[in-house]
Amino acid sequence: MASFLRFRKLCYVESALKCSSVGFESFDQSPKIDQKLDKKEEDVISASNYALEINKRKQPRRKLKEWRCLDSCCWIIGYLCAIWWLLLFLHHCLPVTLLQVPELPGVRLKREGLTALHPVVLVPGIVTGGLELWEGRPCADGLFRKRLWGGSFTETIKRPLCWLEHLSLHNETGLDPQGIRVRAVPGLVAADYFASGYFVWAVLIKNLAKIGYEGKNLHMAAYDWRLSFQNTEIRDHALSRLKSEIELMYIINGYKKVVVVPHSMGVIYFLHFLKWVETLPPMGGGGGPGWCAKHIKAVMNIGPAFLGVPKAVSNIFSAEGNDVSYIRAVAPGVLDSDILGLQTLRHVMRVSRTWDSIVSWLPKGGETIWGNMDWSPEEGHVCDFSEKRYSQQSLSDNSVNNSDVKRGFGVEDPAKYGRLISFGKSASVLHSSQLPTVDSKEFLRTSDSQNFNFSCGDTRTEYDEMRRESVQKVASDKAYTATTLLDLLRFVAPKMMQRAEAHFSHGIADNLDDPKYSHYKYWSNPLETKLPDAPDMEIYCLYGVGIPTERSYVYKLSPNSRCKSIPYQIDSSVHGEDDSCLKGGVYFADGDESVPVLSAGFMCAKGWKGRTRFNPSGIATYTREYRHKPPVSLFEGRSIESGAHVDIMGNVALIEDILRIAAGATGKEIEGDRIYSDILRMSERINLRL
Amino acid sequence: MSLLRRRKPINESDKASEASDLKPQIEKEEDQQEDDNGNDKNKKKIPPRIKKKHVEKPPKWSCLDTCCWFIGCICVSWWLLLFLYNAMPASFPQYVTEAITGPLPDPPGVKLKKEGLRVKHPVFFVPGIVTGGLELWEGRKCAEGLFRKRLWGGTFGEVYKRPLCWVEHMSLDNETGLDPCGIRVRPVSGLVAADYFAPGYFVWAVLIANLARIGYEEKTMYMAAYDWRLSFQNTEVRDQTLSRIKSNIELMVATNGGKKAVVVPHSMGVLYFLHFMKWVEAPAPMGGGGGPDWCSKHIKAVVNIGGPFLGVPKAIAGLFSAEARDIAVARAIAPGFLDNDIFHLQTLQHVMRMSRTWDSTMSMIPKGGDTIWGGLDWSPEEGYSCSKKGERKNDTLIADPGTESAVSQASSANYGRIISFGKDVAEASSSDVERIDFRGAVKGNSAANTTCRDVWTEYHDMGFAGIKAVAEYKTYTAESIVDLLHFVAPKMMARGTAHFSYGIADNLDDPKYKHFKYWSNPLETTLPNAPEMEIFSLYGVGLPTERAYVYKLSHAAECYIPFQIDTSADDEDTCLKDGVYSMDGDETVPVLSAGFMCAKGWRGKTRFNPSGIRTYIREYSHSPPANLLEGRGTLSGAHVDIMGNFALIEDVVRVAAGASGEELGGDQVFSNIFNWSKKINLQL
Repeated sequence: MASFLRFRKLCYVESALKCSSVGFESFDQSPKIDQKLDKKEEDVISASNYALEINKRKQPRRKLKEWRCLDSCCWIIGYLCAIWWLLLFLHHCLPVTLLQVPELPGVRLKREGLTALHPVVLVPGIVTGGLELWEGRPCADGLFRKRLWGGSFTETIKRPLCWLEHLSLHNETGLDPQGIRVRAVPGLVAADYFASGYFVWAVLIKNLAKIGYEGKNLHMAAYDWRLSFQNTEIRDHALSRLKSEIELMYIINGYKKVVVVPHSMGVIYFLHFLKWVETLPPMGGGGGPGWCAKHIKAVMNIGPAFLGVPKAVSNIFSAEGNDVSYIRAVAPGVLDSDILGLQTLRHVMRVSRTWDSIVSWLPKGGETIWGNMDWSPEEGHVCDFSEKRYSQQSLSDNSVNNSDVKRGFGVEDPAKYGRLISFGKSASVLHSSQLPTVDSKEFLRTSDSQNFNFSCGDTRTEYDEMRRESVQKVASDKAYTATTLLDLLRFVAPKMMQRAEAHFSHGIADNLDDPKYSHYKYWSNPLETKLPDAPDMEIYCLYGVGIPTERSYVYKLSPNSRCKSIPYQIDSSVHGEDDSCLKGGVYFADGDESVPVLSAGFMCAKGWKGRTRFNPSGIATYTREYRHKPPVSLFEGRSIESGAHVDIMGNVALIEDILRIAAGATGKEIEGDRIYSDILRMSERINLRL
Repeated sequence: MSLLRRRKPINESDKASEASDLKPQIEKEEDQQEDDNGNDKNKKKIPPRIKKKHVEKPPKWSCLDTCCWFIGCICVSWWLLLFLYNAMPASFPQYVTEAITGPLPDPPGVKLKKEGLRVKHPVFFVPGIVTGGLELWEGRKCAEGLFRKRLWGGTFGEVYKRPLCWVEHMSLDNETGLDPCGIRVRPVSGLVAADYFAPGYFVWAVLIANLARIGYEEKTMYMAAYDWRLSFQNTEVRDQTLSRIKSNIELMVATNGGKKAVVVPHSMGVLYFLHFMKWVEAPAPMGGGGGPDWCSKHIKAVVNIGGPFLGVPKAIAGLFSAEARDIAVARAIAPGFLDNDIFHLQTLQHVMRMSRTWDSTMSMIPKGGDTIWGGLDWSPEEGYSCSKKGERKNDTLIADPGTESAVSQASSANYGRIISFGKDVAEASSSDVERIDFRGAVKGNSAANTTCRDVWTEYHDMGFAGIKAVAEYKTYTAESIVDLLHFVAPKMMARGTAHFSYGIADNLDDPKYKHFKYWSNPLETTLPNAPEMEIFSLYGVGLPTERAYVYKLSHAAECYIPFQIDTSADDEDTCLKDGVYSMDGDETVPVLSAGFMCAKGWRGKTRFNPSGIRTYIREYSHSPPANLLEGRGTLSGAHVDIMGNFALIEDVVRVAAGASGEELGGDQVFSNIFNWSKKINLQL
């Protein structure tokens, strides 16, 4: 930006010189200006005034005509530019201290005497990591080693189809398509900022640096988040690199164990790594059974999606989240419009369905965890958007919450969160006996007739291969729980699920010693793996609460389901009563806007608490919740007390916790659990053998 | 391109203004005529017209409005051009180039891919001095907001904005050669560290792009970025860089199916990697503990690009008076500007003070003393004639008739005298030069210290007596240079000699050579025991390269650096120009330094190369770019530009894809390096 401005200035000055036919007079001034390019606009302006004075000498002779439209346009733009420059200049002149920047937690903790002790490894989540091009088709000429994902996303606008083509993976293998190599950006720059100005890890990195962290004890484990976890090793050796890096940092920092900070999907990626590293070479990293105990001090999971997120379901099913369905409600037809050849959603769906990693986000644990037709662990959760979202005086939220729960029991018709997808509002509230039962075998029978080939442009999704009747059939089954949902997805997206289910599993293990569980596809599911044998390790679940989070959906058939669009969409016209959690076709529960509390907290609160069959060595777990507070004023940006999925990375309390652990504190020393939500109660209701 | 872009908006704005008033255009011409007629007329005419205008349009067209209108015009046309530029297909510049110059040759990566070459050995880049980026991790107050921003490399915006702050942060501690208190500047890591030095000025980018064509990517390429200001061992002490390189080589060899690594160091990286090879096999407290066969297990080939194995004379001028030829010329053109005290600039002093805290510059001091670089009356390059320059300017190709006569004249340059005070001294035979030994000279107390403000170089400690003593020694050879530097910069050299050594080993088995300070000097270490390894030396030839200097005392020796290159010294016959004797080389490293080890020192089984590692010399004759569009040329031999030389890239890519030195075609020599090497009398 700066260089752009500077350049413009330069042109300006030069042209000013040129306009003066006398020219030479101002020559002695130009080199000086050139030299101090960065210097104030005022110089430039004065120079231009100078040039204009010269101009003026002739101007009188030009007979000036009336003030025309073009001139006034130019005048306005010039006016704006000049003011903008002036402001920019003033902004640069302002001493940094004038803007009241709240003290960084890192600075405060440094004063307390904290210094870098344990090396820190950051594991970014889905979407936040940058991707760059290494080899592409002709349409991507000149983009070698430029970011395709992350950064400014200019290519998205310039050549959208080319961009989509390069971000897609191969539909069968889930790896690179022929002739295209898109790779993860390495290093801290991979995910410090997602787009310019939108921080992800930057704030945390800055605070870590304040207490002495730098390149040698701070590492970003960047990986290609589109691939399934095992494929990152097969294609990029990402897991091997991570292992080598942890070993190296362990040694060069004086044999200090590593603190790992994964975020979002990075949490299950790292879970996969923990199993991988101790497994024998052909499939694993060959670190041996003591590797984790030797190298890892703590895993500080931020916004962990251990048990998946319902958002992923709607994403795969109809390529829309809460946000998308709102847009559709506001401006119907824009997204589906065929006129401009956009078919945005279908493109998005086609691309995102080639990404295996999304499947790792599907709800795990089936009905046991997520609830069935008539029951769910969050039962009785009462959402009052108006109060929760905007309450600035949420002084005693904890007690409020509890009373809410009691009140909630009395409600006649609590939200049936267990039905992750229902067709029509009625299907979402009726008692299960009144609904037709789902028979997954039926899907298999109907899905064999694929001889339909419509002229749907080049954006054929798998929906086009479904018969009209089967589309109807899906809808007529009314409601789906976490278990039947998988059957549904297998039906509507057979290729994707077939590919991905070789890499991910979503069940609950009956017997963890079954040899089949040594296969890598179980490693990222906490309900089908054991934690490593590392009794000194600590596991933290750090997540935000107090934001309504998508939990289940009300769907409808889209009006014209032939070619124009995806046949299902969220029914955004459905609203509940004031205190119901149904809004815009989506049932909300407590969480951090992406991950419901249940998914983030259950493993730490119950699944791994103490010595369970999932945690045989009794690794200590701590749950730390951060209540969301919206920014008080606009100046605060994304708030230092946010609890939202990504914004929480700027939460002062969370940063402080991480810094303390990195500087050597244990979970006990930072006061163990801190819980605001209902997670303990919810966990109790889940009947899982431990 | 940028030039073009820059020009356009001017035309455009002109057009815009033309469009806005067509009539005045005609009047303008009339004006011009009037101008021709005489200026006096104009002056008379102007005042009434201004009045007239004010009468016609009093409020609207005020100065401010004109101003805004003008800015608006420029902005709009600029945006328009920007838009057009962005809308332009990316291959357009190439298309234009091809239309003008005919079809470009395929880049080597594409060509070799067609030949069927594929990614094979993992490749490691070791960047040289100056080219690696540095970023700030912790700084003083004045550097607020620069966290993780580049201080070195990139746009260098901060140099202009807050120069003193920048100098402060780039300096190291004068005693330890490590970070000053409260400042942490660290190397940028990853390929971005040195792919481009400044925007548009590639270093490794072209090579990386070509390797990527045959399938290389992040998992098979690694940039061994290190803080090039530190001494080599200190990079390990502070950042554990050597451990990191070791771990990464091991990882990449393991994950790529046991295929050994190809290491490509450039410039100072060559010495750094030499240090690494000794370090990695040395036992643990001082070394990496990799064991005696680590190199043979992990390294296939070391492809040195422009390696200053034996140091560069340029480094001396840099340390001695903070100037190279470029600066000396600038001083000659605008005397006083650089030393200007009016703006509190004292640029050179600041630069000197900063660069003297960098230990690494001392690794480039010429090594091997008089044996390698020549004595008072002798040098290996003797008889080299600069009129070869005529050949270099290929356009004319007129053979200089003076070539033979120049050789026959006894007045060939005494390259051995790396520094001489006065041109006559440089040319006189050694018996005529009276020298007074400076080593015992007492350093007088300088009376000047009160007036020199905060820029305090060590010269102020020397006093006039010391300075005089230095000048009276008249001329210095490679050996006495080291003493000279000890004399003029005792602190720096005390630090430096703990990390570097410049001699020749008599007996390499002496246990003292186990110390790390000898590791980066090829004349005091043995190569690792790795008979299958190959060592390449790739460098450019055909450019005049600084080899020896003529100095003078500067006029005002009080607050300034007391010595400067005597730019008035010129001589057509010998290669003296602007006070600098130049030699064949790549503009920075003389051929002797780049080629000697591979041509003789390590050739066959010598005491420096006990396992008989094969060495190859590949020289690339410099030819300047044919036209402006070509940028920095695909045939360049200059020290950094050679990284874009297609022939060199092809060689590197072939080696990476598995070719051996023999398959490349063995040696490829244009210079006299074998002759010169023969003249050097070194026990092997």
